Parts: sequence; structure tokens; C-alpha cells
Amino acid sequence: MSPVPAPSDLPVELRTEALESILVEKGLVDPAVLDKFIKTYAEDVGPLNGAKVVARAWTDPEYKERLLEDGTSAIAEMGFKGPQGECIVVLENTATVHHLVVCTLCSCYPWPVLGLPPSWYKDPAYRSRAVREPRALLGEFGLHLGPEVEIKVYDSSSEVRYMVLPQRPAGTEGLSEEELVPLVTREAMTGVAQAKSPA
Amino acid sequence: MDGIHDMGGMQGWGTVPFDPTEPAFKKGWEGRAFAMSLLSMNRLTGANLDAMRHALERQPPLEYLRNGYYGRWLLLSETLLTDSGVLAVGAVDARARTLRGEDVTEPPDPELSKPDYTATAPGSLRPVDDPPRFKVGDLVRAKDIHPDGHTRLPRYVRGRIGTVWRIQPSALLPDTNAHFLGENPQHCYGVTFDSKALWGESAESFDLHIDLFDDYLEAAPEEVGS
Repeated sequence: MSPVPAPSDLPVELRTEALESILVEKGLVDPAVLDKFIKTYAEDVGPLNGAKVVARAWTDPEYKERLLEDGTSAIAEMGFKGPQGECIVVLENTATVHHLVVCTLCSCYPWPVLGLPPSWYKDPAYRSRAVREPRALLGEFGLHLGPEVEIKVYDSSSEVRYMVLPQRPAGTEGLSEEELVPLVTREAMTGVAQAKSPA
Repeated sequence: MDGIHDMGGMQGWGTVPFDPTEPAFKKGWEGRAFAMSLLSMNRLTGANLDAMRHALERQPPLEYLRNGYYGRWLLLSETLLTDSGVLAVGAVDARARTLRGEDVTEPPDPELSKPDYTATAPGSLRPVDDPPRFKVGDLVRAKDIHPDGHTRLPRYVRGRIGTVWRIQPSALLPDTNAHFLGENPQHCYGVTFDSKALWGESAESFDLHIDLFDDYLEAAPEEVGS
């Protein structure tokens, strides 16, 4: 195993600035390209994509069937693809089966539909406990599942990425696809929450 | 490697901090560290995603925890850049001290030593001609192995018996690809483990699904299935 950089007591903000300064000076990095990357993941690629996929699946049975059969293609149909989305498997929550997604080894996450992972997903407490005591963990997120609900946990250890298709909330029968989108949170699509109820 | 990154089943971390409103990047430097890491991973160093993950795992445990997610990305970026000879060891620290006004001599550029490696295709999925060794419903055992290098076989399933629930797309093997020892494409299996087989009889009852490469698995002993 080759060595890693020695521990540094310099603030990480300053070291980030230093690295950029060297790479720009060498002509290896264009700050404008970094800005574009950042804008893409801060503004364009996020859980709104996944929410659109879920809302369509709730309102279009044929799309839902395609989504569960081949998530990658059905999601690409909506225009969502890219890094960390080579193979996306969609897991349908029901009244008796609840799916929960984790990556214990790093923080693998389906970027094209959910964006970059939130802090809780990357936290050691989540990574360690999701595969050992998911019911207790979900309770701490405020999701109390009855004993009749079977829990299935997915550890994202390969390049397969998982997205949860949450249950459509009660009382949303009259809502359109567009009106359903805001009810779908990234937490619901990871399995630590249900979709929101309409206000 | 049996490092701090392999967190599945560890105890003592407490409750999960949860803020449903947090932005993608909480501070400006996080986005810049993220973007530079992505560029460092391939365009600047000729490395790959698996080498990048291994550069995370190689961080000493205290550093790994102290730096947080994007701090780890910054460090992995520096690791890949120094591994490939794009940057000298100590170059970032020296520049940081210069930026804050210290009188520091920056180290000279090293000789480039980019990995002798070219991906055979984009991404990680790769076709495999031979049929899968296991089929859905087969009992398999995760090997009890402890490689020094990169692996995607976490400690908590090693030696445990599970059932194949799905044949996943075949893909290159992270264990060799991370070290530029070949893509070694192989089948990958979705395997289900009973929580009580992992954590004992008093554990919560649930199914744990995890994707395991062919090299990580062996057929379960026959007496288990009978």
C-alpha cells in the first residue's frame, strides 16, 4: 500500500484553496469548469429528478411497470442519466414490505435521480446501523413501521444503485402528476421516510 | 483492507444527525473539493473510480473521521495526484502556508508516474461470456478473506451464508481495477442474508441484500441446504 499525505493541521478550506491554486497554475484545471460542476450538482441534479420519476410511476401504470422491470432505461426515458447511474434498480414499497438503502463502505448513491448524498446518509451512524438495526434507526427518523411490515435493506456494494418507489399517500387520488412531485422527498426515495401527505 | 471505512454493523455511533433542508454543499470549499476530486480521479491522473475509493480507505482512521466527507474527498484528490506524480508530496501543505503568508519553499515537481492503465470501456459494467456460476435461489457463502488492498466485500458478511436473489449486470472487479491490475470482468450477484445469520438470534428481523462479485463467493456446504 502506498503512503497517503501526512496528516495536516491546516484548515481544510485553506488546503482546498491551495490545491486549486496549484492545479490552476499548472494549467490542469480551469476554475470555470469547477464552477460548472458545482452548479450542476448544487442546482440541476437533485432529488427533484427522482420525485418526477416517482410521480409519473404513481400516475402511469405502464411506466411503473417499466420502471420496476428496468429502472435504468425507464429513468433514462425521463432524461436522467450520468455518473453513479449505470444500473439503477427501483424497489417498490408496499403496505407489507419496506425497503431501505445504504452504502456501508462509502456513500454510493444514485446521483442522476437523487443528486449528491445528504449528510445523514454519509454519517457513520447511518452506515453502521442501517444493516444491523434498521427498525430502531427508522424509528429515530420518525418512521414507526408496524410488526406486519417486512424490512429489506440494500447495501450498495457494487455499481448497482437503488432507489425506493414510496407508497402513494392516501388522499392524493385527485392530484395530478405535477401536484404529486412535491410530496416525494429524497428521504422517501432512500427509505427513511414515507412520501409526504398533501397539506 | 480492513479499514475504518468498513462500517457495517459497528456500534457506538449514536443517533443519525438529520437536517432535511441542507444544501448539496454547505460551504464553498466543499463544492470545489468535490469538483477537483472528480477531475483528479481520471482526467488529471489516469486513475479510476475504484482507485479513488481505495484512496479514501487508505486514509488513517483518525484522519478519515476528522476530515468529514468532502475533507476526505480533498485528501483522496491529493493522494491520487501524488501517487501519479502530478504533485509532489507536501506541495499542497506548502502552498497553503504560502497563501497564509508564511515563507515556505515549495517542493519541486516530481516525475510523472501515471498508472499504466486504460479502461476498455466507459463505466464499470462489462460483458462476460461464460454463464453465471450461481442461479437465483442458490445458497452461497461469502468467503472469509482479508485482502490488504481494495475490496467491496464488507467484513460483516464474510463467512456468512446467503441466497442469491438476483443476477446483477456483470462488471469489472474493483479489487484488481483499483490497483491497475486488470479489469477482470465477472458476474455479480444480489445475495440476501437473514439478519439473524449476521447478528445473532436476538437481532431485529429483516433481510439484508448486498451485491457480491463472483470472486467473493463459494457454494455453501451441502449440509446447509438439506
